[in-house]
Amino acid sequence: MLIEVINIVLLALLAVTAIAAVRLHDLFAVAMMFGIYSLLAAVMFVLLDAVDVAFTEAAVGMGISTVLMLGTIGLVGRHERASAHRSLLPLAVVVATGVALIYGTLDMPFFGDPDAPVHQHVAPFYISESPSQTGVPNVVTSILASYRGYDTLGELAVIFTAGVGVLGLLGLRRRKRPGKEGPHDDR
Amino acid sequence: MIDNPVLRIIAKIIIPMILLFALYVQFHGDYGPGGGFQAGVIFAAGFILYGLVFGTEALRSAIPPGVLRLLIAVGLLLFAGVGVVTMLAGSDYLAYNALAQDPLAGQHLGILAVEFGVGITVSAVMITIFLAFAGRNDP
Repeated sequence: MLIEVINIVLLALLAVTAIAAVRLHDLFAVAMMFGIYSLLAAVMFVLLDAVDVAFTEAAVGMGISTVLMLGTIGLVGRHERASAHRSLLPLAVVVATGVALIYGTLDMPFFGDPDAPVHQHVAPFYISESPSQTGVPNVVTSILASYRGYDTLGELAVIFTAGVGVLGLLGLRRRKRPGKEGPHDDR
Repeated sequence: MIDNPVLRIIAKIIIPMILLFALYVQFHGDYGPGGGFQAGVIFAAGFILYGLVFGTEALRSAIPPGVLRLLIAVGLLLFAGVGVVTMLAGSDYLAYNALAQDPLAGQHLGILAVEFGVGITVSAVMITIFLAFAGRNDP
């Protein structure tokens, strides 16, 4: 009973934060809202017993990406320009997509259903064999680093590529260009 | 550089704790929540806090961009290199059992090494991205 109340309050807060982030025009406040949203999502993950995911969400979503957004705001200015176009068509597209996604979830197994395909495939093998095969108490670590080592190597390659891409686009050293250089020169 | 003594002193006190906590998350990931990715991000957060409070120029002298660029590659190479070592030991790519006489010890060693590689690359990439964004506004 208590867990349902907490879930409903958290989901309501998530919705409120999301709407506030859309409605606000002060980008600093929007960045803070996104940070709060990530923190609430991290709490949701803790309630779902996914502490590793919650940890990542809190560190990346709440920490690093908020700082990167603030860094960008420092470059582009704090206030959003009022948009000239009507947003009815995008709203219709978003609502239609949302309805389709909710319709899609109706066919999914219920949360925590032991007969769900995801709990029948390799998960039982990992849970029962991981302690004797890897000797690592945290099954998440043993899956990520050992059973699915190729996937994690691929993910690390993605992060590597992202870093190289940012270095290529923005660079670490500022090149001295002739003439005045302001934050808005590039556009 | 922010000229606020409270912020600067708090940052000086808290940054070592952040880095220590990141190392704990890194090497305790086998036993509790956490691992290379989270640890790398937390480690980077310590440096980013330093950069926010003391300026990106101070951050650049604390950890030079050339070292960061090197570390980005070192982490990935460490991960991929563990796979090469297991192949040289006569097993499959990333099959850690071959790393030691005892398969469990090999698994432990392999997981520790690849998680460390993940942590190095992730933290170096995060600090690099922060410097690339925040450093553009420097005079």
